[in-house]
Amino acid sequence: MDAQTIDGIIERHPQDPSSIIQVLLDIQNELYYLPKDVLEYVSKRLGVPMSRSYHLATFYKAFSLKPKGKYPIAVCTGTACHVQGAMKIYDQISRELHITEGERTADNRFSIESVRCLGCCGLAPVVTVGKNLHGKIPVAKVNKILQQYK
Amino acid sequence: MAYRTYLMVCAGTGCVANQSMKVRDKLVAEITKRGLQNEVAVVTTGCNGFCAVGPILVVQPEGIFYQLLKETDIPYLIEEHLLKGRPVKELLYTPPLEKTPIPKMSDIPFFADQTLIVLRNRGLIDPENIDEAISRGAYEALAKVLTTMTPEQVIKEIKESGLRGRGGGGFPTGIKWETCRNAHGDPKYIICNADEGDPGAFMDRSTIESDPHAVIEGMCIGAYAIGSPEGYVYIRNEYPIALERLKTALKQARDYNLLGKNIFDKGFDFDIRVVRGAGAFVCGESTALMASIEGKTGEPRAKYVHTVERGLWDKPSCLNNVETWANVPQIILNGAQWFANIGTGDVSEDPWGGSKGTKVFSLSGKVNNTGLIEVPMGITLRKIIFDIGGGIKDGKKFKAVQTGGPSGGFIPESLLDLAVDYEELTKVGSMMGSGGMVVTDENNCMVDMAKYFLTFTQEESCGKCIPCREGTKRMLDILEKITNGEGTEEDLVLLEDLSNMVVESSLCALGGSAPNPVLTTLKYFREEYEVHVRDKKCPAHACKKLITYNIDPEICVDKGHGCDVCRKNCADGAITGETKKVHAIDVMKCGRCGICLDVCKFDAIYVE
Ligand SMILES: Cc1cc2nc3c(=O)[nH]c(=O)nc-3n(C[C@H](O)[C@H](O)[C@H](O)COP(=O)(O)O)c2cc1C
Ligand code: FES
Repeated sequence: MDAQTIDGIIERHPQDPSSIIQVLLDIQNELYYLPKDVLEYVSKRLGVPMSRSYHLATFYKAFSLKPKGKYPIAVCTGTACHVQGAMKIYDQISRELHITEGERTADNRFSIESVRCLGCCGLAPVVTVGKNLHGKIPVAKVNKILQQYK
Repeated sequence: MAYRTYLMVCAGTGCVANQSMKVRDKLVAEITKRGLQNEVAVVTTGCNGFCAVGPILVVQPEGIFYQLLKETDIPYLIEEHLLKGRPVKELLYTPPLEKTPIPKMSDIPFFADQTLIVLRNRGLIDPENIDEAISRGAYEALAKVLTTMTPEQVIKEIKESGLRGRGGGGFPTGIKWETCRNAHGDPKYIICNADEGDPGAFMDRSTIESDPHAVIEGMCIGAYAIGSPEGYVYIRNEYPIALERLKTALKQARDYNLLGKNIFDKGFDFDIRVVRGAGAFVCGESTALMASIEGKTGEPRAKYVHTVERGLWDKPSCLNNVETWANVPQIILNGAQWFANIGTGDVSEDPWGGSKGTKVFSLSGKVNNTGLIEVPMGITLRKIIFDIGGGIKDGKKFKAVQTGGPSGGFIPESLLDLAVDYEELTKVGSMMGSGGMVVTDENNCMVDMAKYFLTFTQEESCGKCIPCREGTKRMLDILEKITNGEGTEEDLVLLEDLSNMVVESSLCALGGSAPNPVLTTLKYFREEYEVHVRDKKCPAHACKKLITYNIDPEICVDKGHGCDVCRKNCADGAITGETKKVHAIDVMKCGRCGICLDVCKFDAIYVE
């Protein structure tokens, strides 16, 4: 992300340290992670010490310091999904792709994370791959779903 | 222009996930194809609540309810219903175990037993169009307040209604407003808590998605009562649809001068800013939330001085939950007494003396009718789960219902006739919470569920105070030990001791209530813990380390003729056998993923 784009994002918010979380969220939503140089640039522009930006970036779950895969996989581990066996689904994906929480496959295709209630508990267990949502998945279907993205 | 028929397509998150937008597009295409576009309108609405049967379409004004729609159903539906005037039976809702479909939405048990105040507009308006909200009475209460009431009168009305906070604690709203109005400091802030941290709940999000103006109007009224020029909505970043709808609604309200300067020409100024949360459960707590709005990490502080005195930017701040705000306009319009007539107890003397109005719950887990419901306070859990919820899925046995999310507890079958109100739920060790209600059945292990919630709270502990940071971690260690079959009797005692210690000594309510899931399961399901400890077994067959997968050789050969499907699907290569012969699982190799159980068509696989 170049300085101009970042400036554009910063301009959408009040130009003071209180905006740092909102600015970082905008960047995270676009890049799916916070590259170090971007974090440094934003800190400087908003007058926030790097130590604090780093504290924020690691405190809040929305931020990631590592890039995600082309198809980020989010397994809902909310309560409704948990009682319908979300962990089985998570384990199966993790085993199939040889990655665990926050990691990316060697070919950069997939990354995996667990998230909380996606608001469609009626479809539990729920997994999103990229922008697509898959609901009511039996463990046995996991591999088939992954294959759609290979 | 008025239409003869309105096709209300649900665009709540659940229905959208089930492709309701494709259904909508198809409806529009078919209607245009048949030249009906001047008679029939297609409207996208917020969540109807009955997410279990989405995508949903309601034909108004008759209120005919269609469910589980597919794109391919649409041409026939249009032909039959709109041209020939015959509702399509196969697409109507039929209750489980019954044969006759119920055409009318209002006759379906799921809807019939609900009372709508907060969600009164759900499914009836397009949430992105302020005119539709206004035609259903939005901002009338604000007009009434600004033209005929003093701030003191507004506060009195809210106090008399008995409205209590819907975010968890149930603090009387009128008293909070009054304290904030009387606090010294300028300016004062109004804040809406839309952080919705409970990991199995989505009431606030649905409220914003289906009727954002109710929340905005409630905040305007609160701002007038308290004397605040500026409000914030703190909303989860993970809620993109709610966020967009809220922003659209705010813009439309500003365009109509329902927000901004000199509202209704009454010299009242108020505007609202949206701030997104960044995914920390603790930020639902008032002091942490305010720190987060200030751009800091969300760490709670001790509340020697309350946030109504010194909150955001050290100024008096009034924080209420989404649902609390959304109740306000209806109370103003219909009067305190109307509201106080719904619910339990008596609030005329003691503001804590009862629970008034309704509560929105997201009902999920092992019930047939999962979805979003709004019910009067005082309704029994049994009525919610068995009438509205339609009972337990697949004829299984009810085990416990969890209310209040990570801060709440598990309620067993013996207490199902409990009236749902703040005090009753607290008495049995749970709490109202923000409205998550997750039903579990015989296949859910209570130790595993306690572990689930504690894993959550332990991860979400901000780490500032030791009892919460270390205490929950030690508790989790013990639960892991027990579910791994390494627990002892002493562990149960220690677990209880630690729980009480964490409750008593944590800085904020996150730690203070984190042990509730453990304490309630220990209280009501102690036997289940003991079986884990004593026999190293998990009666619900949920704890991986304590179960084995097996194949019944007779069923495998006699019924399945050694179909070999399980062996082909086993990811661990743990199954031996060949077609027509008996199959067996090597326990040492088995990863207990459960795939074989899923794929076996003959129920030859069993768990011990
Ligand atoms: C750890 C923790 C998480 C909370 N999460 C929420 C939440 O997600 N939504 C909410 O409205 N209140 C939440 N609360 C309660 C708020 O602190 C606060 O009491 C509430 O928003 C006040 O509004 P009310 O009086 O309208 O309920 C939480 C409290 C704690 C301690
Ligand atoms: S818990 Fe997974 S969608 Fe609600």
